[in-house]
Amino acid sequence: MSATARLDDGLRDTIAMTRRNLYHYLRLPALLAVAVTQSILFVVMFTYVFKGAIHTPGVHYVDYLMPGILLLAVAFGSPNTGVGLAEDLTTGMLDRFRSLPMARPALLAGRTLADAIRNLVVVLVMLGVGALIGFRFHAGPFAALAAIALPVAVGYVLSWFAALVGLATGDAETAGTASLLPVIPLAFTSSTFVPVDTMPGPLQAWADINPITHIVDADRALILGGPTATPVFQALAWLTALAAVMIPLALRRYHHATQ
Amino acid sequence: MSGSEPAIQAEGLHKRFGAVQALDDVSLTVPAGTVVGLLGPNGAGKTTTVRILTTLLAPDAGRARVAGFDVVDQAAEVRATVGLAGQHAAVDPLLTGRENLDLIATLHHLDRATRRRRVHELLERFDLTAAAGRRTSTYSGGMRRRLDLAASLIGQPKVLVLDEPTAGLDPASRKALWATIRSLVDQGTTALLTTQYLEEADQLADDIVVIDHGQVIATGTPDQLKAQVGGHRIEVELAHPADTTSAVQALEELASGSPAVDPHTGRLVIPIPGGAAPTAAVLRRLAGAGLDVADLVVRRPTLDDVFLTLTTRTDQARPVTTVGGTR
Repeated sequence: MSATARLDDGLRDTIAMTRRNLYHYLRLPALLAVAVTQSILFVVMFTYVFKGAIHTPGVHYVDYLMPGILLLAVAFGSPNTGVGLAEDLTTGMLDRFRSLPMARPALLAGRTLADAIRNLVVVLVMLGVGALIGFRFHAGPFAALAAIALPVAVGYVLSWFAALVGLATGDAETAGTASLLPVIPLAFTSSTFVPVDTMPGPLQAWADINPITHIVDADRALILGGPTATPVFQALAWLTALAAVMIPLALRRYHHATQ
Repeated sequence: MSGSEPAIQAEGLHKRFGAVQALDDVSLTVPAGTVVGLLGPNGAGKTTTVRILTTLLAPDAGRARVAGFDVVDQAAEVRATVGLAGQHAAVDPLLTGRENLDLIATLHHLDRATRRRRVHELLERFDLTAAAGRRTSTYSGGMRRRLDLAASLIGQPKVLVLDEPTAGLDPASRKALWATIRSLVDQGTTALLTTQYLEEADQLADDIVVIDHGQVIATGTPDQLKAQVGGHRIEVELAHPADTTSAVQALEELASGSPAVDPHTGRLVIPIPGGAAPTAAVLRRLAGAGLDVADLVVRRPTLDDVFLTLTTRTDQARPVTTVGGTR
């Protein structure tokens, strides 16, 4: 088969798998409802709880906070990818797909793409709710689009990580908690909620190299305005590096998936 | 596939998982147009064999060709020509029956018209048309199995691999699924069927490969295997169950092995060697010992007898422990 025919089949397979997983969200509306409710809670709760305590001179706290909670919301949603794959593994669905003449990467590509679409919905809902309590973009439409795309991209990379965990553990419950483990400490030791210069010295040093700090700083720059080139470049470098590790590992794991 | 090449040819397959030697030199051949039953207890290596033949697992040693393609070097070609119905009914519970088949058809890269036609045909053939618009989470176990079987036929496979296709089904659904598989077989489907149900292998398979502890311990047609354990079985139902020990003593000389008591029916089962069954001699001896007989049946050995004779495993409950049969 020619390379273009293979690519064509691969794309069709990916679309078919994406559709399958989007059907799941449509048929189990509770899944999406929980995610949306959680993100609304994030916006309202963090804004009003932290607003009084944290000083962000010259900036509305909701504007300061939004990048961080967008990131947190996609991070909390990412275990879904691994949970779904672990379920497919235990129910024999993965064996079925792996025995078909389909493009093998398409299963994971479709699954993660469907979850990225879900994340986009969550991000847009959060921005809508944020707008109701005073959130605004300050750096123009292109920066705004980039500010929306960045957390979705982060969620996409985290989905591949969750896919790896789901396939490696082969158990839905374990996959659900295990894939969140690294995300929580990383998020809270970054610039997500508080400015880094308010942290004690050693933590400040760590927060400065924490990839989530770079990603949140980049998204913040895209929302608030100011110099964006350096933080965005750093964020993209981190995402590319993480993707370059996670995607091949997850694909390899899928290739050898056994119950 | 050339005319003479078998549909499946496996030679010397080995596979180890940690400390467990799952397959220890398994070879088997499935001639085109036949159904071979791979028979063995739980943990015998049936599923490992199936997973290797369907490219889901690579063997540690040995080689296998399916429809003329090597399962390791030509895995993509094998996947395009083999249909797998695994141990689970692998259907998506949130999709409808039709959506499930359409998804599999799409992943076989069929064009829209072919897809629609084939899905329609298979739904009809497996009596699922009425339920096609319902999510499969509402299906019965038998319906999910039929849909799974339909899914394995979407690509019009040259070789069908059925891994314990009726596991977990109630007896009525099992019989119904046998009829479905039987009709596929009658239409010339080539299949490898694993099962731990002897009756299933007897009903559906032309040839049987008995496997235990990762090794092939017998091969042949059901009749050959039955002949291998020899002669006849005479089942005696005594008027007084307390006479069992005396009856065993009275018949010991005629038997080719030790007489056993069927735990379910309480009948005495006596293996008798060779040609004509010495029914009269059995009756004479029992009468001579002063024992009253309520019923006496002469029968050929069943696969149950074969299985019990061949597998020596005593460390776990066997799926079939009766020595009796109704045939």
